[in-house]
Amino acid sequence: MTAQETKFDRPVSIDLQENDENRSLVTAIQGDNADLLTSYTPGLVRLQAPARLEIKRESVEAQLGRPWETHEFQMAIVSLAGNISEWDEDKIVISWGPKVEDDEDEDY
Amino acid sequence: MTATANPTGTPKAKKLSMKARYGALTRDLDWAPGYVSEEEMYPHTSYEGIKIHDWSKWDDPFRLTVDAYYRYQAEKDKRLYSVLDGFAQSQGHLTLSEGKYLNAMKVFLGGVTPLEYAAHRHFAYLARQFNGPGPRFAALCQSIDEMRHAQTEIHTLSNYNKYYQGMHNFAQQHDRVWYLSVTKSYFDDALSAGPFEFLIAIGFSFEYLLTNLLFVPFMSAASFNGDLPTMTFGFSAQSDESRHMTLGLEAIKFILEQDEANVPIVQEWVDKWFWRGYRVTGIVSQMLDYQLPRPVMSWKEAFELYFEQQMLGGLFPDLALYGIKPPKHVDQAIWEKDHLSHWLHDTFYQFSHAANFTTTVPDTEHLDWLAQAYPDTFNQLYRGKWEEMGKLAEEGNRFFYPGLPQLCQVCQVPMVYCENGNPHKRAVYHSEYEGENYNLCSEGCKWIFDREPAKFRQAWLPVHQIYQGNCGGPTIPDVLEWYGFQEGDSGEYIGSVDHKNWIARHQMIEDKLGQGAGH
Repeated sequence: MTAQETKFDRPVSIDLQENDENRSLVTAIQGDNADLLTSYTPGLVRLQAPARLEIKRESVEAQLGRPWETHEFQMAIVSLAGNISEWDEDKIVISWGPKVEDDEDEDY
Repeated sequence: MTATANPTGTPKAKKLSMKARYGALTRDLDWAPGYVSEEEMYPHTSYEGIKIHDWSKWDDPFRLTVDAYYRYQAEKDKRLYSVLDGFAQSQGHLTLSEGKYLNAMKVFLGGVTPLEYAAHRHFAYLARQFNGPGPRFAALCQSIDEMRHAQTEIHTLSNYNKYYQGMHNFAQQHDRVWYLSVTKSYFDDALSAGPFEFLIAIGFSFEYLLTNLLFVPFMSAASFNGDLPTMTFGFSAQSDESRHMTLGLEAIKFILEQDEANVPIVQEWVDKWFWRGYRVTGIVSQMLDYQLPRPVMSWKEAFELYFEQQMLGGLFPDLALYGIKPPKHVDQAIWEKDHLSHWLHDTFYQFSHAANFTTTVPDTEHLDWLAQAYPDTFNQLYRGKWEEMGKLAEEGNRFFYPGLPQLCQVCQVPMVYCENGNPHKRAVYHSEYEGENYNLCSEGCKWIFDREPAKFRQAWLPVHQIYQGNCGGPTIPDVLEWYGFQEGDSGEYIGSVDHKNWIARHQMIEDKLGQGAGH
């Protein structure tokens, strides 16, 4: 078995458990990220993207047919490469590069 | 009661955003001490030379709060324990690829599980000692995670312990057995460092740089070898791991952003802890390549994907913005990817009479797989030796090394490595400190020793300890008794207790199936 060669310079990636629930999650992520590379090793599905990968709550909910909060992503993820540059109630963004400043108030 | 939704008349509170909730439930619970100084309250965060000006700049991208944390952790445990129950009830151990597969788990249980517990303890210390509430809360969650990992790993493997040798005394063996001192001393080195160095050592260098190499291919291999419980605990633990990786990355960026004077200190820690961690993951290299009856991914492939591509290709260009360079000696690790597992499993094979696992010469199919995975080195350098070992075993002269190996003073691995770039030249380095000679396996370990000789001179080297008479007695049987070994824990797999039981249990199944077919 060989790991799929990446075609990106600085890929970000997430490794997810390959199970029934995560199939909807994977379909949603595939729909929201052009140039996504999907590969499989036993028990795992790996999604690689060039520099940035986005997971949108709305798309996941549409696939799952039920409400989904972004915290639930913790049940699916096995590993990642990249920074978690945003994580709020609507989306999770994984990217390389300098930190993106949050647009919310920095009161905390 | 009437259906008045809001009887007090006060406006209904708007649901807080995730970020606001995180702020309210973690950082807002912090207070500034009034009757002691900050220095008195957090006395351990100044002596390493790291300068922190504003602890509030620590960002937790997960925005995790206590209620969400426990809710999801409980769900993870529930899923895991239902798998464990189902597997045990259905005699799942009989569906493993082969009985010898569990040798990899014996190494894992003795080598890795106790480190989870050690991590639990030390992250609890960080959760007390860091000045900022952000890192304290993240360390607290990680501390509880690590306890969960230790417990679920032990619980998962306890089912196999009912049927197989080599797992019954892992905690004591972690403290005593020669090769387990490699993982133990690595972690002890981190525990005895300051809080910031620990964070870079374990939080960043281990969790972020190397943990994928340790866990991901391994859990995928468990899946491929029919080990459903290990796959499930592994993935369950890894789901926390992504949070730990984020903590590690956040930690290094935070420290680097706080003061430019931190950069050279952090660089030295990255250099040291990359090499320390890399030497430990060598044990995984031989598990992936040799201990899995159905191999899933070679060490070389895993190293290229999880280290070269993701870390050197992805992460280090980001860290370059802060002035951090890829770790010292990384070129040697890259060169070694074609050799490492072959050197180390050769050692495990020759010394398995003194270990808590068994080994055997790989069959022809496995040797062919290795040749395909290592097209430039395996047939050229390593196949011949296995064929020779196989011939000896067939003739009834199974080879075990009769002596004890020289260990490296820093990584504590037997000195089986070669000079960078030359697979024909055994690497032997020396350092002198206060009139004593110390042996080192590589430029990397020598650099680490020379940086902190007063620390590493204290290393508890199993071979030296045996010779000094501190390990049960002067003969190998004395030492093995002191390790707490029992019949069938060690040695050659073919003909071992586990092997015989494996055959007997499967014959029993076939007999029963045969009877059923007759009716």
